[in-house]
Amino acid sequence: MDQTVNLGSLTLANPIITASGTFGYGLEFMRYGDLSKLGALCLKGISLAPREGNPMPRIAETPCGMLNAIGLQNVGVEKFLKEKLPYIPAGATLIANLYAQTPEDFGELAAIFAGQDKISALEINISCPNVREGGVQFGQDPLMAAEVVGAVKKRAGAKPVIVKLSPNVTDVRVIARAAVDAGADMLSLINTLSGMAVDIRTRKSRLANVVGGLSGPAIKPVALRMVHQVAQAVNVPVIGMGGITCAEDVLEFILVGAHAVQVGTLNFMRPDNAFRLVEEVRALAESLGIGSWDEYRGTLKV
Amino acid sequence: MNMNNNVCQDLTVLSCRPTGDPSLVNLVLSSPGWTCRPGQFVMLRPSGWGPELIWPRPFSVCDVSEDGLRILFQVVGRGTRRLAALAPGDTVAVWGPLGRWFRIDEDRPNLILAGGVGIAPFVMLARRDRTDNLSMLFGHRLGLEHYPYGEIAARIESEAMQQKTPADIADFEKVLAGRIEALAGKGQVLACGPEPMLKVVRKYCLQFGTDGQISLENRMSCGVGACLGCVAKTISGDFVQSCVHGPVFDVRDIELGA
Repeated sequence: MDQTVNLGSLTLANPIITASGTFGYGLEFMRYGDLSKLGALCLKGISLAPREGNPMPRIAETPCGMLNAIGLQNVGVEKFLKEKLPYIPAGATLIANLYAQTPEDFGELAAIFAGQDKISALEINISCPNVREGGVQFGQDPLMAAEVVGAVKKRAGAKPVIVKLSPNVTDVRVIARAAVDAGADMLSLINTLSGMAVDIRTRKSRLANVVGGLSGPAIKPVALRMVHQVAQAVNVPVIGMGGITCAEDVLEFILVGAHAVQVGTLNFMRPDNAFRLVEEVRALAESLGIGSWDEYRGTLKV
Repeated sequence: MNMNNNVCQDLTVLSCRPTGDPSLVNLVLSSPGWTCRPGQFVMLRPSGWGPELIWPRPFSVCDVSEDGLRILFQVVGRGTRRLAALAPGDTVAVWGPLGRWFRIDEDRPNLILAGGVGIAPFVMLARRDRTDNLSMLFGHRLGLEHYPYGEIAARIESEAMQQKTPADIADFEKVLAGRIEALAGKGQVLACGPEPMLKVVRKYCLQFGTDGQISLENRMSCGVGACLGCVAKTISGDFVQSCVHGPVFDVRDIELGA
């Protein structure tokens, strides 16, 4: 079966994308697999200036999941372009993940990446629950979300723009429609669910940031429901994510309407998991007699 | 044996037995086909773990040879309890060797400061050809017979101190301080143990100007530098991943949590 996925102007060899913040800059995983075999890589979120991130502890394991409050630690765009991007092998499909605290800075970042040939698309992070300014603030207000998307689209040139949505809202379709109306070429969802873990003996949160973002299989039913809702509400490609750990999970997201998926926490469970998943999805689709992803997508019987 | 073949592979459990005390377990896996340096670590995740336990677990390599990969671990939580229940024939995903190791100064004395299960990485170190420039001070809570102390003491000059009471801990700190002071400008210490011990080691190394390396045990989820969960704070204020920039750091380069 041909695994190709068409996301508007962006064509992927297969539907598996590694999620931002879980796959570094790809370089960290080169010894575990061939990056060009992945559908695409969403790179670690990048801001104009370097960010040191949140204090430790930043991560906690929870039943069927984990919490993180990294706080978008990153080297900044200048250092990324000089010290990371040149070393990512050609052949890998790269999606830059952008984070800023103002629409102007989002636009500035978009303009920088618009001129980078190695970057195939931009993903805007308006859904990080672990930073004080920007982040999920933009993702919880349709007007602000639209403003950010507009600022990025204006300066993104020919690069397709993906808007990454937060599940921490009353109705995800409202933000989804606002992002699409403002020019989003695609949507990706869900980012992590805001959560906590505490220690009854020390009476402290397990995260120095007190709250963090929950990911992993624990959130998959929530993600599946939201992807299903959004895929019906908009007419742009939707990239589904949230707790995917196996080929069956990937097909579930495609069944409810996703064009492609992202895998995140799975990369921590074993560093070659994303590479293995590409093959497992191919084998499963073939065993089910699926002719193409277009034929299977969104065919949930309701 | 390859030095740098750090791919991910499935190894078979050869044995998994408490050392005598149920909280300390010796796990031996089939040979990974590589060797490594003392202080390097591996990530382990048993194939039988379902989604209820997400993360692999990081462990120092206790020893590795064609006979197998040996891990010594302490049962402290959900993950290590499940690991202790492994049986011969089970498979475990293993990736490594990872991280930076203890660097021996061949021209000066090297004093190992090991605390409890932190003795693990020094088992393979004690097997090296030259041992006349090594010695060890070992602090322990359980009976000495539960630790691989004898294996090390057979090869290098070693001394053990048991800590059962706060007074014992205070005595141990006094001895540590004295040993670290005696090495100022003359040698270095190599430390692995619980964080309170590492803080004491760091304090005296800085106070007396003694060279030292310490191995951190930060909470870690990927082991390959991606999750940014295991970062250590450098003295210049940067957060660096202890899985790739450590776990062994120069004592002067990093801060330890309050």
